[in-house]
Amino acid sequence: MKVKQISVFLENKSGRLAQVTKILGANRINIRALAIADTADYGILRLIVNDPAKARAVLRAEGLTVRETEVIAVEVPDQPGGLGRVLQELDDKGINIEYMYAFVGKTAENAIVIFRVEETDRAVELLKNSQVKLLPESELYHY
Amino acid sequence: MMWSPEYESMSGERRRELQFKRLKATVERVYNKVGFYRAKMEKAGITPADLRSLDDLKYLPFTTKEDLRLNYPFGLFAAELDEVVRIHASSGTTGKMTVVGYTKNDLGVWSEVMARSIASTGGGRHDRIQIAYGYGLFTGGLGAHYGAELVGAMVVPTSGGNTKRQLQVMRDFGVTVLACTPSYALYMAETAQEQGLDLHALPLRVGIFGAEPWSEPMRQRIEAEFGIKAYDIYGLSEIIGPGVAIECVEQNGLHIAEDHFLPEVIDPVTEQPLADGEKGELVFTTLTKEAFPLIRYRTKDLSILYPEACACGRTTKRMHRILGRTDDMLIIRGVNIFPSQIESVLLENGDTTPHYQLVVDRKGNLDDLEVRIEVSEEMFASEIRKLEELGASIRRKIESALGINVRVKLVEPKSIPRSEGKAVRVIDRRNLYNG
Repeated sequence: MKVKQISVFLENKSGRLAQVTKILGANRINIRALAIADTADYGILRLIVNDPAKARAVLRAEGLTVRETEVIAVEVPDQPGGLGRVLQELDDKGINIEYMYAFVGKTAENAIVIFRVEETDRAVELLKNSQVKLLPESELYHY
Repeated sequence: MMWSPEYESMSGERRRELQFKRLKATVERVYNKVGFYRAKMEKAGITPADLRSLDDLKYLPFTTKEDLRLNYPFGLFAAELDEVVRIHASSGTTGKMTVVGYTKNDLGVWSEVMARSIASTGGGRHDRIQIAYGYGLFTGGLGAHYGAELVGAMVVPTSGGNTKRQLQVMRDFGVTVLACTPSYALYMAETAQEQGLDLHALPLRVGIFGAEPWSEPMRQRIEAEFGIKAYDIYGLSEIIGPGVAIECVEQNGLHIAEDHFLPEVIDPVTEQPLADGEKGELVFTTLTKEAFPLIRYRTKDLSILYPEACACGRTTKRMHRILGRTDDMLIIRGVNIFPSQIESVLLENGDTTPHYQLVVDRKGNLDDLEVRIEVSEEMFASEIRKLEELGASIRRKIESALGINVRVKLVEPKSIPRSEGKAVRVIDRRNLYNG
């Protein structure tokens, strides 16, 4: 149950983020979650949206460098120790995390954590019958 | 002071006679010894016997850097390789170096013109000359070195780099003449200030600066910071190295060693010779070289020739300080850089060549080259680590190809401005050719 994240390359210049969100808004694409990693010169914007294919297409059309990245989305109980148990399980199974970010859904009972791991397919396979609940695309994009 | 007054102040008529005699000998030499020249002259329908006066020079075919590349490494040598006692090389347009050779006599000529250059700035046997040009394949260091030895100065061969030690040597050894690139001189001045070293209190009085273009305002700055007179020296490895032309104390154009190097200025487009006083591309024919003579070599440097007599007493033609280039060659920290070299590196790096741009600036008085590369979808990854590795690997490859340090900056697609669909490859903010 891999899900799609949209990754956008952005230079560290004022107004870049505003432009991306404006393009998405104009095309009625809803941002579910977002994270930015940055260096001195540039940043990488990572987005979970309700329509990844369309988001990619409209951003590309505006000349941005966009990639679809496969990630996994995990539902984590929104309570102390919730994330810790998930991370422990990943570690036990030898799944290496490249980066991660979290957001709280509409219900507020659970949080969603997005993981970019080294080998996505293997991770999905290993987590299939575990305590870790992976969200499918259909649920995630409208969570 | 003149090192060789006989040649530096000879009458125009006598010089032309000498030049013609030497030109004929040079043309005969290459015609007989170098297949490439013979073929080119045959194609142009000319033999050495057709040369009847100096004016016939214009019938000889040009030689270009591309010709040197095609004959890499020794194809244009006009002496037996056993006679060659020295090799130098500079960067070519596509990674292949431009290789030049010298016989013992050639080194003698080079030392002579360099000695004239040093004398022209007032230098002599009482001087202590610090040579902070790089020693090695680059002609700057060894060229200045031999000339300084010939005039009998105390040579301090520091070569480039290690600026603090350069300054220590300058102060402790009582250096009076500094030879290096003008940008490095400014960097030394800045370091001296940081170290609390008062340059004005040193015996240093003359700077001989070259290997890269510089402007009049830059000269004024160097002169003010060091409290010296700063002289412009011109040369290129293909012709011989430093010493082809040098300013005199009048600082009004560079005197060309015309008895060894015959200058012309041509229209770079029509390739027709231009009159003295008109701006165009400098073309040189060597008159005395044995191992690597060049016939009508197109330097791609823009300048103007002035035939008028100079107050210093020299009768040789003067050339204006370099006014620009006809190609996209950059000189960064004294090293010739062609954008095509960077393009070759980027081509090796992936399936498609990304758009790139070179931004040259002067930061803290030192040339700084930033290579901007547009990140394509193939190159892009959502992990910072992978992008940083990509940038670092491109940087290492470019540095090993160019031999100078660069910074690589990954930028967004289409952020490099295009003119007429073609990317603007080079932005040079150094303002080298002004003033």
